[in-house]
Amino acid sequence: MELTNEHIKTRLTEKFGDQVSDFVEPYGMLTFEAPKGLNLKVLQFLYDDPELRFRFLTDLQAVHYPENKERELAVVYHLHNLTDNVRIRFKIFTAIESPDVYTATQLYACANWMERETYDFFGVNFIGHPDLKRILNVEEMDYFPMRKEFPLEDQTRIDKDDDMFGR
Amino acid sequence: MTEDLLQHSREHNIKLPEGSIEKQTTTLNLGPTHPATHGVFQNILEVDGERIISAEATVGYIHRAFEKIAERRPLYQITPLTDRLNYCSSPINNMGWHMTCEKLLGVTTPKRVDYLRVIIMELARITDHVICNSVIGVDTGALSVFLYVMQYRELVYEIYEEICGSRLTTNIGRIGGFERNFNATAWNKLEKFLKEFPGALKEFENLLQRNRIFIDRTVGAGPITGERALNYGFTGPNLRATGVDYDVRVQTPYSSYQDFDFAIPVGTTGDVYDRWLVRNQEMWESLKIIKQAYQKIQEFKGEEAEVFHANVPEYYLPPKQEVYTKMEALIWHFKIVMGETEIPAGEVYHSVEGGNGELGFYLISDGGRSPYRLHFRRPCFIYYQAYPELIKNAMLADAVIVMSSLNLIAGEMDA
Repeated sequence: MELTNEHIKTRLTEKFGDQVSDFVEPYGMLTFEAPKGLNLKVLQFLYDDPELRFRFLTDLQAVHYPENKERELAVVYHLHNLTDNVRIRFKIFTAIESPDVYTATQLYACANWMERETYDFFGVNFIGHPDLKRILNVEEMDYFPMRKEFPLEDQTRIDKDDDMFGR
Repeated sequence: MTEDLLQHSREHNIKLPEGSIEKQTTTLNLGPTHPATHGVFQNILEVDGERIISAEATVGYIHRAFEKIAERRPLYQITPLTDRLNYCSSPINNMGWHMTCEKLLGVTTPKRVDYLRVIIMELARITDHVICNSVIGVDTGALSVFLYVMQYRELVYEIYEEICGSRLTTNIGRIGGFERNFNATAWNKLEKFLKEFPGALKEFENLLQRNRIFIDRTVGAGPITGERALNYGFTGPNLRATGVDYDVRVQTPYSSYQDFDFAIPVGTTGDVYDRWLVRNQEMWESLKIIKQAYQKIQEFKGEEAEVFHANVPEYYLPPKQEVYTKMEALIWHFKIVMGETEIPAGEVYHSVEGGNGELGFYLISDGGRSPYRLHFRRPCFIYYQAYPELIKNAMLADAVIVMSSLNLIAGEMDA
């Protein structure tokens, strides 16, 4: 039987009730969200369930929405069921003051560096991660550069003239 | 043993750092600038003699904040950023990005554009694999094969030059198609490549595939099981070498790959030799695809044979000479460049089979002229974390060939 988005949705609501919510299908990919404390339970269920079998973590990253009070940071998981060739997207939201999220490294070895990258750029604190430190930026950096409060430099500024290198 | 060494150093008055004899292991830096790493990444190895006990990989030496920069650039200006991810096969990255934008904007491309793209992407795959495979040769001590096949990469670069004007960082194509049609020189050069390359590839294969020295060096080096590879997020030839037949071109066909007849080569043990074999076979399959695409393009007649972009003036950057002479083109050029075209809000994930795995683009748009957030799924960033596990208990010389067989590209890893 083909694994449809409708079926995935039913399986998830059977298991988690109304805790999984906001089902949408932008460009055909089923997207939903869950409370941040449940992220591991949802991932484990998607992994273990004999019908769903989402066992490949394609991608993991964060998005910063400064206007969403108390849910500023979104952590987005892209999962892939390689047997039935179905992809889904799963989001959790967390407040920026306490960006603590459980790590998925126990389930997926590849989550290690992806979570380090997410921590490096957004400051999401993955609880239980074996070695949560910066990966692409220098270790001395004391801010999280992909957050929206750090805009790119204004290209029209004129106070930075440099005889040697120009602007 | 330790006692003997301590006594020996006392007798001969040799002064060593405290505890260095008792520890009996050496900490060794492989990289960041070492000829064997083929790029800037550092590995801190703990070795006992020549055997590796543990390794720690450090990346990020050429991080250029592409994701941040992309948050201010309009869509068409992000293409040059994608060039600099996997620069051994930049056309694939460019096409992947164009297709992501097309998915977001709802643009459908004509069949001829798809086939032209397939030709370019498969040529890029050949250049990518040719480098990786010949570099495995170099690291096992066979330099001549590398120099030999480089001539043929040159032929491919000349084809790119005819189409987009540049060679390594190509910035090829536009949203909706290509900037210009392939000219007669480009087709002639493609024919020349298709005629000459198979012979060279055969010779390349003969030099390494059944070569006793090469086999002895590569068989059993850095093996990984399919299950472990999937858990580590492997994709591309490295995953297929373990026996898992996952290929984005087949699983989620894009750019009309479903119209072509080709096989997915798979390995069994996932060691260096299998990776080499898979890449080698993929080059033959790529040649098959290019020939099919070339034939299909010949079948277009009349007006269809001149199509090289979709008819979407609101997103397709018009040619510069028309901008100067035609009112329509000037208006669209202005609108696209000044960001006045309607870009729908939404989120889209699109992936293509890059040179070393599934290259994904996760694009969130809030309707402005540039993305709200753009994330690149860079395959080699994800699978490189398995490297310490692959080389554990291996010899130091094996660490070098395992690294080159993974096809690590620093530009892609660090984004």
